Amino acid sequence: MSRRVLPGFGLSLGYTLAYLGLIVFLPLAALLVKASGMGLDGLWTTLSAPPVLAALRLSFGAALLSAFVNAVVGLLVAWVLVRYSFPGRRLFDALVDLPFALPTAVAGIALTALYAPKGWIGEWLAPLGIKVAFTPLGVLVAMIFVGFPFVVRTVQPVLESLDRDIEEAATTLGASRLQTFMRVLLPLLLPALLTGFALALARAVGEYGSVIFIAGNIPMKSEILPLVIVKQLEQFNYAGAAAVGVVMLALSFLLLLAISLLQRWSRRWAER
Amino acid sequence: MTIAITHLARRFADFRALDDVSLSIAPGEFIALLGPSGSGKTTLLRILAGLDFPDSGELTQDGRDLLRVGARDRGVGLVFQHYALFRHMTVFENVAFGLRVRPRARRPSKAEIADRVDKLLKRVQLEGMAGRYPSQLSGGQRQRVALARALATEPDLLLLDEPFGALDAQVRVTLRRWLRHLHEEMNLTTVFVTHDQEEALELADRVVVMSQGRIEQVGTPDEIYQQPATPFVFEFIGKSNKLPVRIQNGRLHAGDQRFDADGLDGIADGSGVAYVRPEHLALTPTPLESGWRATLRHIYLSGSVAHVELDVPALGQTLEVELGGEESQRRSLQSGMSITVQPRHLTVFPLAGNSGEPDITRRRVVHPRYGQAALARWR
Repeated sequence: MSRRVLPGFGLSLGYTLAYLGLIVFLPLAALLVKASGMGLDGLWTTLSAPPVLAALRLSFGAALLSAFVNAVVGLLVAWVLVRYSFPGRRLFDALVDLPFALPTAVAGIALTALYAPKGWIGEWLAPLGIKVAFTPLGVLVAMIFVGFPFVVRTVQPVLESLDRDIEEAATTLGASRLQTFMRVLLPLLLPALLTGFALALARAVGEYGSVIFIAGNIPMKSEILPLVIVKQLEQFNYAGAAAVGVVMLALSFLLLLAISLLQRWSRRWAER
Repeated sequence: MTIAITHLARRFADFRALDDVSLSIAPGEFIALLGPSGSGKTTLLRILAGLDFPDSGELTQDGRDLLRVGARDRGVGLVFQHYALFRHMTVFENVAFGLRVRPRARRPSKAEIADRVDKLLKRVQLEGMAGRYPSQLSGGQRQRVALARALATEPDLLLLDEPFGALDAQVRVTLRRWLRHLHEEMNLTTVFVTHDQEEALELADRVVVMSQGRIEQVGTPDEIYQQPATPFVFEFIGKSNKLPVRIQNGRLHAGDQRFDADGLDGIADGSGVAYVRPEHLALTPTPLESGWRATLRHIYLSGSVAHVELDVPALGQTLEVELGGEESQRRSLQSGMSITVQPRHLTVFPLAGNSGEPDITRRRVVHPRYGQAALARWR
């Protein structure tokens, strides 16, 4: 007789592990094997090349910055969508997902057209001395665009599930609106906010299609890491491409791990 | 600190939540707002807390207009039905919240806050729980944290919304008594909302019975139970039998009975409804002329009280009677036997001529006069 209440534990765990192994771990392991073929010296020469280092800085710097921007703006948008009712709210709500649905190349071309010095927005920014297209700023704009839905979609359900009670309780206890937000609402939203931040960050680091159109891809200036990999591949330097890939992988993993730990801390109250 | 509520009205779209409500709350009072859901009791509580505002009417505290004061500055403590604890804060942080959010000038020092929170936690019997999160507490403990949190700012007025609604019966009774003690020890002025009449009658100094946005009756628990002012209060509080009656020449006709009665002076002839509590009906197996003939349908004992259901053909309805368990044994009552039943007293509401509704302004308590011979035979 089985004493387990939920059936199918063995089967489902086995399936999960097999699936993860096949879809996630196997390609990553292949990447590692490929990169290890060139030895430590080769690895070091490839990675310490100045264009690679510059791309590394740009990719992760811009991705982190875009995730921050998306966290703030996404929280705001989620707040507006949940808390207020206004004509067109549903339409607005549906529009949030558009960056997911749009082919990234289309997004890249559209953004480039907008922000190019002759574009609708670019022509207004050019006189102010602000250049967006073909600069690191353009990379940031594209990353913000593709990462936008994540924070909205992670924060929205949590915000909806919050009872008005707790805000009213804070008010009757003498808290101002700002105090209520900072001390009561934000800590409760933080876990979801961090999830959205991590997703937006991961998406921005890995983004290729939209960024290469607007970035201009000037080495040492506006070239992102995925493009460096593609360039290595075009020169048939597979091991070099794998090496850069491994570095991206390691850095992304560390960042996501850190966020995950932070998130655990932010929900310490929910643990038993 | 007398709070005066005058002619408050509040509408939500087509729904009248409050309809001309007036009430005065004296310092130190423990008041229950009692009524079914939708009676407006919670709306009234929220207006007192400053979380809602009336469409018309006044709310003052010692002459100061409270409607100009927002919830934040009103200095009331509010305990929510589902506690509304901050689940990301420990018990200590929850209780300290009201003190920590004060402007710097009025904020007690850290040590003072810790001291006050400790004292409050002791008071609500939660010493040693300061470091726990709400998810680690039982319902009764959460309730007490909510109470301590509300009391931390030393409010003039403590408001509780269905404070025991989410607790199981045993905890409820214990907490009730404890809350009553706390109210007296701390010299609080307390208003609480409940739909549980037992709770209201046991706890409160005064009970405000509400229905459909109006106050039906305000009185001590004893007055509310013994002298209900309206048909609603009769039906909502305790049990009662409702009988159609006719009033003719100062006499009360009900079924085949005609009662000579005091108290009907000045009531014109016409129809009415009468209410009589189950314990105000007297039973005897002896056939009597005054009193309805009835068949005992069902009898059961609950604790020390015997509940009896009677079929009364003359009235075309069943009557509920309650009597002491010992008395029912002495009379050896059992199902199927014939019984005579007499009301000791009834409350009569003549029907208003134009609307056909019971007229509460002409309410009369009627004591039927039975012959001495009949009375003697009850012994």
